[in-house]
Amino acid sequence: MRKPEQELADIKSMMERSTRFLSLSGLSGILAGTYALIAAGMAYTWIYYPNPPYGFRTNYILDTATLTKLLIAAFMVLTISIATALILSQRKSERTSSKLWTPAGKRFVNALLIPLVVGGFFCIALFFRGYTIIIAPATLVFYGLALINGSRFTLSDIKYLGYCELGLGILSAFFPGYGLIFWALGFGVLHIIYGSMMYYKYDR
Amino acid sequence: MKGNYDKAFENVVRLRVMSILMVNAEYDFNSFKELLEVTDGNLASHLKNLEKQEYISVNKSFVGRKPLTNYSATDSGKRAFQEHLEFLENLINENKP
Repeated sequence: MRKPEQELADIKSMMERSTRFLSLSGLSGILAGTYALIAAGMAYTWIYYPNPPYGFRTNYILDTATLTKLLIAAFMVLTISIATALILSQRKSERTSSKLWTPAGKRFVNALLIPLVVGGFFCIALFFRGYTIIIAPATLVFYGLALINGSRFTLSDIKYLGYCELGLGILSAFFPGYGLIFWALGFGVLHIIYGSMMYYKYDR
Repeated sequence: MKGNYDKAFENVVRLRVMSILMVNAEYDFNSFKELLEVTDGNLASHLKNLEKQEYISVNKSFVGRKPLTNYSATDSGKRAFQEHLEFLENLINENKP
C-alpha cells in the first residue's frame, strides 16, 4: 500500500483535474491586454486626437465612418484574443500532456459564454435604443460576471480579475464620457497584470 | 479506529474513478480513459468491479449513432468512499509525532 498522504494527494489531484480546466495560459491574458491597448490607442486617434482622451472629441462617435472603424477594431480584438487563447491553451495542454477538450473544459466554456453572449446581445440592444453612453460599463460588468461564473471550472484566480472588471464597470457607469479610458484599463491593463501574475505563478 | 479501509479502493484506478465521481454528477467512459491514461480493457474491468459492488451505476445511451456510457456514484459508493477517506485521514493523524 502507498502512503496515505500520497493516496490523499492523488484523490485531490483527480478531483481537481476532472472538474477544472487547467490549460489556461497566462500569456494569452498578456497578449489580449496588448491587443486591447493597441486598439484603444487607435480609437483615441480617431475620436479625440489631438485632445487628451478625457477632453473634447474631435470626431462625433455616432458618425458612421468613425463608428464602423470602432466596431471593426473591437471585433478584431475579440477574434484575435479568442484565437490566441485557444492556440496557447492547446500548446499548454500538449506540454502538460493533458487533453484540451475535457468535460471540465466544456463546462468552463459554457459557464463563460452564457453571461458573455447575453451581455453581447444586451449591448447591441442598448446601441439600437441609443443608450451608447452605458455600453462601455455594460461590457465590463458582463465580462466580470462571465469570469466569476467561469472561475468555478478553471484556475480560481480568474475570479479576482472578474471582481476588478465588475468594480471598474460600476465605476465607469458613474463617469459617463470616460468609456475609452475605462475600457483600456479593464480590457488592456487588467489583462496584462492578471496575465503576468498567472504566468509567473503557473507557467514557468 | 474510525473509518474503514475499503479493499475496493486499494487499486489506484478504482480510487481515481471514485474520486472523479465524487465531484462530477456523471462522467463518461472515454473521458475516464483520457484523464486516467489507461487502456480500454483495464478501465472496463475496474469499472465492472465497482459496478458489481454497487458503488457506481451505469447509464448507456446514444449520441447520434455513437454509444455513450456514463457512470455515476451511488449513495452506498459515496458512503464507502467517505469512510475510506476517514480511514486514511486517521492513519495520518495517528502517525503524527
